[in-house]
Order: sequence, then structure tokens, then C-alpha cells
Amino acid sequence: MLPGWLIVAASFSYLLVLFAVAYFGDRRADQGRSIISNAWTYALSIAVYCTAWTYFGSVGRAASGGIWFLPTYLGPTLAMALAWLVVLKMIRIARTHRITSIADFVASRYGKSHLLGGLVTVIAVVGTVPYIALQLKAISSGYGLLVGELDGLREGQAAADAGWWADGTLYIALTLALFTILFGTRHLDTTERHEGMVAAIAFESVVKLLAFLAVGVYVTFVLYDGFGDLYARAVAEPELAGVLVFDGTGSIGYGGWFAHVVLAGLAVIFLPRQFQIMVVENVNEQHLRRATWLFPAYLLAINIFVIPIALGGLLHFGRGTVDPDTFVLTLPLAHDQAALALLVFVGGLSAATGMVIVEAIALSTMVCNDLVMPMLLHVRRFGLADRRDLTGLLLGIRRGAIVVVLLLGYLYFRLAGEAYALVSIGLISFAAVAQFAPAVLGGMYWRGGTREGALAGLSAGFAVWAYTLLLPSFAKSGWLARDFLDEGPFGIGLLMPEQLFGLGGIDNVSHALFWSLLANIGCYLGVSLLRAPTGQEASQGTLFVDIFRRGESVPTSFWRAGAEVRELLPLVARFLGERRTRDAFAAYARSHGLSGIDQLKADPELVHFAETLLAGAIGSASARVMVSTVVKEEPLGLDEVMNILDEASQVRAYSHQLEEKSRALEAATAELRAANEQLKELDRLKDDFMSSVTHELRTPLTSIRALSEMMVDDPDIDPDSRQRFLGIIVSEAERLSRLVNQVLDLAKIESGHAEWHNTDLDMRELVQHAVETTAQLMRDRGASVELQLPDAVPTLRADRDRLLQVLLNLLSNAAKFVPVPGGKVWVSLGCDGKQIRVDVRDNGPGIPPAQQAVVFEKFRQGGDSLSRPQGTGLGLPISRQIVEHFGGRLWLASPPGEGATFSFVLPLASAASDQ
Amino acid sequence: MRKGLAGQRLVAVFLAGVLLFDFPLLSLFDRPLRVFGVPLLHLYVFVVWAGLIAVIAWIAERGAR
Repeated sequence: MLPGWLIVAASFSYLLVLFAVAYFGDRRADQGRSIISNAWTYALSIAVYCTAWTYFGSVGRAASGGIWFLPTYLGPTLAMALAWLVVLKMIRIARTHRITSIADFVASRYGKSHLLGGLVTVIAVVGTVPYIALQLKAISSGYGLLVGELDGLREGQAAADAGWWADGTLYIALTLALFTILFGTRHLDTTERHEGMVAAIAFESVVKLLAFLAVGVYVTFVLYDGFGDLYARAVAEPELAGVLVFDGTGSIGYGGWFAHVVLAGLAVIFLPRQFQIMVVENVNEQHLRRATWLFPAYLLAINIFVIPIALGGLLHFGRGTVDPDTFVLTLPLAHDQAALALLVFVGGLSAATGMVIVEAIALSTMVCNDLVMPMLLHVRRFGLADRRDLTGLLLGIRRGAIVVVLLLGYLYFRLAGEAYALVSIGLISFAAVAQFAPAVLGGMYWRGGTREGALAGLSAGFAVWAYTLLLPSFAKSGWLARDFLDEGPFGIGLLMPEQLFGLGGIDNVSHALFWSLLANIGCYLGVSLLRAPTGQEASQGTLFVDIFRRGESVPTSFWRAGAEVRELLPLVARFLGERRTRDAFAAYARSHGLSGIDQLKADPELVHFAETLLAGAIGSASARVMVSTVVKEEPLGLDEVMNILDEASQVRAYSHQLEEKSRALEAATAELRAANEQLKELDRLKDDFMSSVTHELRTPLTSIRALSEMMVDDPDIDPDSRQRFLGIIVSEAERLSRLVNQVLDLAKIESGHAEWHNTDLDMRELVQHAVETTAQLMRDRGASVELQLPDAVPTLRADRDRLLQVLLNLLSNAAKFVPVPGGKVWVSLGCDGKQIRVDVRDNGPGIPPAQQAVVFEKFRQGGDSLSRPQGTGLGLPISRQIVEHFGGRLWLASPPGEGATFSFVLPLASAASDQ
Repeated sequence: MRKGLAGQRLVAVFLAGVLLFDFPLLSLFDRPLRVFGVPLLHLYVFVVWAGLIAVIAWIAERGAR
């Protein structure tokens, strides 16, 4: 047992040493000789990951579950393997855009959204509160053990029963708050970097490692005879078998193991304090290279003695008498090693304070920049615009935020702290910050994420986390009715918080991690895919995703035109202070080869510089709002932003245009090819036509010439023969002129130069007339004509002579092909109200299917060349042209053995085209 | 180094680590055997862990030259 005053004195002495280190670090930083600008300090400061959880809780976890304390450290080891890819990108992004917190990171990525920054801040604060409570609990129970108030089993119970004013933990929380304020918010910095604090954190990392190794060596090699001895004794105790094997029994198996590895791997990057140390406080990107292995090595070193201490504690005390979380303290105390116990307590204090300081600073920056400032900017009544100097206000907000965060941690400690072991409390926080992973990682590697998507994902994940982990933690400590936990809300079993939708068989953390990340990623992707990103989102997305491609060059501004320097300078000065602002602007002027601030031109680059300066102090979203109050021009439109910022998109646009052009060219080529084919076909048809016409002309010419020559050569030819020859010559000449007329006719119709004399005509009369006209021809062939006419048909507006030509052609064709004797021709007329139909059927041989299509082509007559009757081969093509001119249709139906039927229809309405 | 060989090597180490630290490979070493007095499972985890750190260190520091 130790006297209380000694412990308090030792604790304050240690804090003073830390403060001295921090002061020294700040002094050296001001002199430009940074002590944290080396890879070792950086890696050690990252070890702020190891908190009181590691220091006390790991042993407790090992005592109950063997190697189950390890996922918390294996996850970060694996994550650090990827740090050179992922964290480096975050560092580069944060540096380029002056991002000072993870809330700022998310807000900035999705179009500098206030709402999103506020949401991330709320999640971070609520999620971290249990973690801070864990530190308070560790310190207070450690103190209680050292002074002998507690027996180590139910620590803190006595304090919890007493009034809050008598609770030492409250004063611990307030002391830590004061200390954090002194560390982190003595002045404002544009980059939110705290060199002194980082130096102190690196120092405390060394202290906690050495203290833990000291107790480890003491237990392993002084109390026992090395690892082998401890394990040999443990094997002899059947009670300890669970520590030695993988404890897959119960509800947690390898799936839970995997979930814990993932959880810790995400937490080491997304915990606000890890982001602060790894990304914001990073001095040089190259330091990350060493940290990728040095930090895991640190984790390995601090874990080597965890199992031996757990085994030693269990062997010495047995199960159930002493809380395993306190073995590091109770073992030395049980062996009267007061000095060692004090050292261990200081180490634990070191682990806890380091975490609380960095976490509180990170959270206060977020609360100030992403929660309070945006609200103040919105509330005009507050008169923010009128105040000259706002640096005091900013510092006040941050200090207030630190106190509030620590008091919240204390509140959680009072509400729920007793129900859980240290590790379980920490895992609740891990699961909360894991919700940042989709929005941040998605934002760094995917351009398509939108503001609504990130909002939906974060809200859904946070809600599920609160329902499945936070509320149950209250219920288990009796602050909520337990029925809610055991039977579900309103007795609905499917909604039981720790077995949501009946998912059982895994531990509550894996369960919550699964459901919350499912909801988170699902909403993030689903809502993001609902619409294309806006100009702001797209430009920010490109800046984040392609950060390496852009190199170190600061991107061109979003602002098309500048503002006045005399407006920009006071604006920045209000938040940063007059002197710091003048220094920053002067440095900017020098770096651009100008002699002073007076010579600065307020070009877009300077506006951007001012915005990033402000972003460091009040967050990117608020900075944007402030700058926009003095910048005149509208932000660039989407197209311009994309053109200026996104070289890749330009290249993409060009290649897209090229593709379009080549597609268009291909289409044009295809059209040309088709046209060419058509021309060739037409040319071929013309040749065919010419040869057909000349052939048809030659036949009658030949006979005329032969007969004429005979009569010229032989004047004494007998009169009968002469008369017969002259008759043939006349009929051949008639045929010739008919042929020429038809060719001319067809050419006219095809070229559209034919004359049409449209009149209202009665098809009944026309058909009757046509039949009468061909009556003699039919009689010559011995054929009979059967006519079917309805009583009346509507009149039709068309060219009477042309339609008669069609009818005569069809009738004469029928006459030519009917058998002799016994030929029969049926002519029928019909009307269905829309169109008039005429059928001409004969009982001839019909037309074989192969020929049916070609009879409408020029000079293609039906039948074989020997048996076919005389004709020009132009009748049907001309008829079809005429019918089609009046909007009708002419076709042939010839089932085998039933003769041929030529039919045409003429529409009643559209036949009135006068051409 | 970022997009070069070292980056790919680190990704490979990451994947190897995920495999080595999880089911089913991890379960292979969960046997009641003791090597140098230490249970096989504990020895396996710490040796693989140290091995991974050594490989990461080799890759990271080599790339620094």
C-alpha cells in the first residue's frame, strides 16, 4: 500500500515532466530545429494507439481468452503494411488542402459540406466517449488499488456509490482537461500542428513501454523462471487450459477473430487521434516509411509479456478473486514491490493521458471547425461578421470542447463503466470509428461518391452501431430496462439489439460490426449511385483520387476571379491574428518573388492560398463560406472546373470525342458503301434494261427489214404475198411503236414526269368498260369472262386512262394464258370502306413460285421463252407503278394448279393526290 | 516506390498476413504441442508477427535508398 499523497505527487511530477518535454518541443520548433522531425519520433508518437486498454486490458483479455487480446494489434500490423499506399495518400491530401481532422477530410471530399463535417464530428465524439471513459476508469481503479481502497475485484464500486462531488474520477477528468488545454490550445496554428504535444506523446510511449516491460520481466524472470517455467506450471493447472489454446468455444470463433482483426486495422487509421498523429502531425512523408515497421514492432514488444503476466496472475491469485485487468498492479503489490507498482501506475497514467490529450485535441478541433463554427456562421444574430479578432473565440470554443468531451467520458464511466471489462469498452469505440472507413476510403479511391451517399452511409452505420452496441452497454449497466435487450423493443424478438434479425452465434462486437458496415456501405454505394456527382463533388473527388498525379503543385483555384487584397488580409487576420497573417502573406509574397504584401495581386491563386490558410483554422467548409463573402465572382461552372482541374478528364473527353468521331466515320462509311452498292445495282439494272430494250426492238425491226428487202429485191412478187407481207410489216411496226410508247411511259412514271389527269371515277363503270373492251380478245381465245360487281362502290379520285391501262393489261394477260378452249376469267370488285379491291383470276397454268417475284420486273415475262405469248414485258411493271402512284398495291397469288390471281387495292382517301 | 515494386511487395505482405493470421491456417497450429516450453499457437503467432515486421522493414528501408 502506498500513501495517497505520494501517488498524487508522482503523477503530477510525471505530468510536469511531460509538460517540460512539450515546452521544449515547442521552443525548438519555433527556432526551426524541430525535435520531432525524425522517423523515430513519428513512429513512437503513433504508439499513442496503445492506451490504458493495452496497458491493463490486454492482460485481462489474455487471462480470460488466451490470444484473443492479439487481434487488436495484428490488425494494425496488417494495416501498416498498406500504410505506405493508403496513409501516404491521406497525408498528401491533408497537406495539400490543409485538412486538420477526419471530419474536415470527409467534409472536404464531398463538396465541402457543413452537414457532413458535423455528422462525422458527432459520430467521432459519441464514439470516442466510451474510450475516454475507459482511460478514466483505468486511472481511477489503479489509484484505488495503490492506496488500498479496493481489493481489486470490484474496483470503483465504492466511488460510484458515493456522490459525484466525492468521486476522484471527476477530478481526474478535470485535471486531464486542464492539461490538454495547456498542451493543445495555447495558440492557433494554420496547420493545427502541435510539435510539443507530439514530442510529449513520443516520450510517454517510451515510458509506458519501459514500465510494461519492467513488470513483464519482473513477473516472468523474477517471480517465475522464464517463459518455459510459466507455461509448464500453467499446463499443470487444468483451469488455465483455455488460455493456452485458441478459445473458439462459446459464441466467438474464427469469424469473430477475423472481425476483430478488421476492426483494429480500421481503427488504427480512422480513430481521431490516430488521424491527428499519423496524418495531421506528420512532418515529412518519408517518416511514414520507417513507421510502417517500427510501430508494429512497438506493438509486438509491448505484447510479449502479456500472456506471461496473465498466467502469473492466474497462478498466483487463481480465477475470480482479482480482476485480471489489474494484474500488472496487483502482482507487484502482492509481492510488496511498491516502487515497481508506482512505476507501473505511472506507465498506465502515461498511456491514458497520452490518449486523452491527443483524442481531446483532435475532437476539439473537429467540434470547433465542423460543428460550432458553421453554426455561428449561419446565425447572423451572433454578429460574427462584425468582430475584428476571432482568435480568442476560436480558442475558447476549443477549450470548452475539451472540457465537454472529458465530462462526457466521465458521464459514460458513471453510467456504463462498471458493466464491462476495459477491452469491451474500447471495442465499442473501435466499431464507431470504423464507420468512417467507407466514406474516407471510398472518397480516396472512387470518384462517384456523393454527399448524400456519404451522409446516408454514415448515418445508417452510426444508427446501427448505437442500437447494437451503445444502447446495450447502457442496458447492461442498468440504466435502461433490460427487457429491451433480452426480448427486443416492444417484445419484438427480431429486433433484439444483440441478435438483430435473429443473427446469433457471434459476439456482440462482430455482430454490430457486420450490421453497421452492411448498412453503411450499402447506403453509401446505393445513394451515391442515384445521381451523378455535382461539379463541386466531382472536382473535389478528382483532387482526392488523383492527388499523386497532380504532384505537389497546388491546384488552380475554384474561384474564377480574385478579390481585393485589402479585404482578404483582414478576413484571415480575424481568425489567425494580425501578426501571423501578415507573416504568412509576406512569406507567400516572397515565394512568388515579390518584395512585400503591397505588391500582391489578388489573383485566384492568392484567394486559394487564403482559403487554405483559413481552412487550417476553421475547417475547409467554413473557410469556403468566409472567403466567398469577399470574393466577387461566381465559382466556376462544372465544365470549367473539370477542364481546369482534371487533366485526366480532358484526356478522357478527347478520347471520347475521338471515339465518337470514329464511330460517326464508320457509320458514314457504311452509308457510302450501301449507296455504292445501290448505284452498282442500278447501273446493272440500267444495262440490263438497255440490252432488253434493244433486244425487243430488234425483233420486230428484223422482220420488217427482211420483208421490205424481199419486196425491194423482187418487184414481181405476187400481190397476195405482197399484201400479206405488208400486213406483217404494219403489225410489227405497231408493235414497235407500242414498245417505244411503253418504254417512254415507264420512264416518265419512274422519273415522276408523267402527267396525271385525276377525276372522280366509278370503279364499277371502269371495270365494266375494261371487260367490254377486251370482249373481242376473249372471244378470239374462246374464253368466257365472269364479272362480279357490287351494287355500288364509293367514287375514287384517280386518272381514268391510267387505271384502265392497268385493268386492260391484267385482262389481256389473263386472256393470253388461259387454255384454249375452255378458258375462264373471273373479275371481281370489292370495297371494305377504306379501299377498293379488284381481282382478276384465270384458270391458266399459273405461275411457279420461283417466277412470281420476277414477273413484275421489266422485260421478265412469265412462261418459258418458247411457249410464251407475245408481249413487251413492260405491262406489269407499268401497272404496278401506276397502282403504287395512287397509294395502292398490286400483287399476285398463284397457288399451284389453281391458275393465277392478280389483285390490286386502291385506298379511297389518299388516292386523291393530284400530280 | 509508391506504385513500384515496393508497393506491390507491401500489398503481398498484407495479403500473406491476412492469410497467416486467420482461419484456416491459424487453426492448423492450435494443437496441444509445446516447442521450447511455449505452446505452438502462441509461438506461431508471435514468430509470424515478427517475421512480417521484418519483411515490411526490409521492403520499406530498402525502398528508402
